[in-house]
Amino acid sequence: MSNTQKSWYEAGARERVAALVDRDSFVEFVGPERREISPHLAVFDLPVQFDDGIVVGAAAIDGTNVLVAAQEGRFMGGAFGEVHGAKLTGLLQAAKAMKRDVVIAFDTGGVRLQEANAGELAIAEIIRAIVQARMAGVRVVGLIGGRAGCYGGGGLIAGCCSTLIVSEQGRISVSGPEVIETNKGVEEFDSRDRAFVWRTMGGKQRMLIGGADAFVDDDVLAFRNAAIVALARPAVLDAKTLAAEQRRLQRRIARFGEAADATDIWATLGIDDPDSVPDMPADRFIALAAEHRESADDAR
Amino acid sequence: MTPAEILNSLFPLGHDVTTHGNLSFGMGAMGTLSVHVIGAGGGGAIGVDEALQLAAHVLTLANSGDGRPILLLVDTSSQRMSRRDEMLGLNEYLAHLAKSLLLAEAHGHRTIGLLYGGSAAGAFIATALACGTLVALPGAHPEVMDLPSMARVTKLSIEVLKEKAKATPVFAPGLDNLAQTGAIAETWDPDAPLSDKLAALLARPRNGDDRATLGKVRGGRPKAAIIANEVVTLAQARG
Repeated sequence: MSNTQKSWYEAGARERVAALVDRDSFVEFVGPERREISPHLAVFDLPVQFDDGIVVGAAAIDGTNVLVAAQEGRFMGGAFGEVHGAKLTGLLQAAKAMKRDVVIAFDTGGVRLQEANAGELAIAEIIRAIVQARMAGVRVVGLIGGRAGCYGGGGLIAGCCSTLIVSEQGRISVSGPEVIETNKGVEEFDSRDRAFVWRTMGGKQRMLIGGADAFVDDDVLAFRNAAIVALARPAVLDAKTLAAEQRRLQRRIARFGEAADATDIWATLGIDDPDSVPDMPADRFIALAAEHRESADDAR
Repeated sequence: MTPAEILNSLFPLGHDVTTHGNLSFGMGAMGTLSVHVIGAGGGGAIGVDEALQLAAHVLTLANSGDGRPILLLVDTSSQRMSRRDEMLGLNEYLAHLAKSLLLAEAHGHRTIGLLYGGSAAGAFIATALACGTLVALPGAHPEVMDLPSMARVTKLSIEVLKEKAKATPVFAPGLDNLAQTGAIAETWDPDAPLSDKLAALLARPRNGDDRATLGKVRGGRPKAAIIANEVVTLAQARG
């Protein structure tokens, strides 16, 4: 990484927002000064955060007005609680009413277990709000490359976005590695085998199978530039889109359903040396992916 | 109640629902109004294959133009926890199912989830919680995560969790706790004909996602509705 880069992975939610949007364009809604904390964490004697681990507001990106949300993966693993989720639901409901595109920087382990029922329901409300906004013509661009990845219900929300931008660190899945290992055994999933986890659910695998649309280096400006491109792309969600997604996901099972390891999938895609993919620098990987990947264009 | 008993109580005029593994499909007769029925049952997990099969059926209905209600009978476990499903992108398959249900609703179909057994985590979000209205039968047992797993993650004993669950409905498994957060619109009495309940529900117009408001009224989610509404207002005023 050169000196001019700033790591997205290492940055906090507010640093990510600052790097994403045009200078001085961000206005926050229900910010930390309001101290709208979780009403549930006190039951567990846990510390609260004044923004409940998410920043939401309005801004401009390359001159285009957008609504922006960023999760703070360093607070409760970026997990969805009642207040955290409600801020994102409200932002998406506003997006539909205003016909304003949304950019969401995900960084989440999923539902916050200390308020599991509220968090689970918040995710259902967010999905409903995203789909309704998208059916009204709004783009919802997801950025994934943070410490917590995008797990649990966060993965489902990501699957409802119009475009997903990932870095190598952008792990997306429903069950986390530890959860699968705890429930199904270490033979099924060895959560401590980092290389295995990353090639199974990391950004490169997601990019190659069409689970993400753009791959970037772990650099805040690379995320911004990719968001600018995504915000200029058409992003329809209608019956045709979902019919295309049905075919796309069917084809994925037909092509890769018997694969034992992600490297088998990459070999099926025609990549000559699949074992070289994990260590490949971003620029070379992007070129390789462009040649071999399954795309989700107009089918997400 | 068993699925057969539920179907008989819902559709005394008859139904042609057939079961294939844990999934079932068909129609139930309700006088002039027939209802599409989809079942995700048997306490099974929802993996990539099940999600895609369910979504295919929902999309066919959504594109049929008949506008009939879609009743989703739910008794599942969680999303399938496996290396294969996650490697293939299970999040996209579950999201696709949720999107398909929401598309059907946008095309004029009422979507009603009837939770009669279990449902957990991602499977719950992609099925029951993606319906326009969710109702339940007593004995349904939804959960985000079981208490033993929750104990491991939160590093608290099950006894401590059970004690805390008495003070708040917000985290512990169970129908009553979920209902208090606003997830469940009504719990139906299994001893009365379910056909009457369904007919009454379909006769009532539905306007928007009222779950946050319900959660506030019932006390399980005191802040969600207020915060979401305030963000909407601020965004429209200042965005």
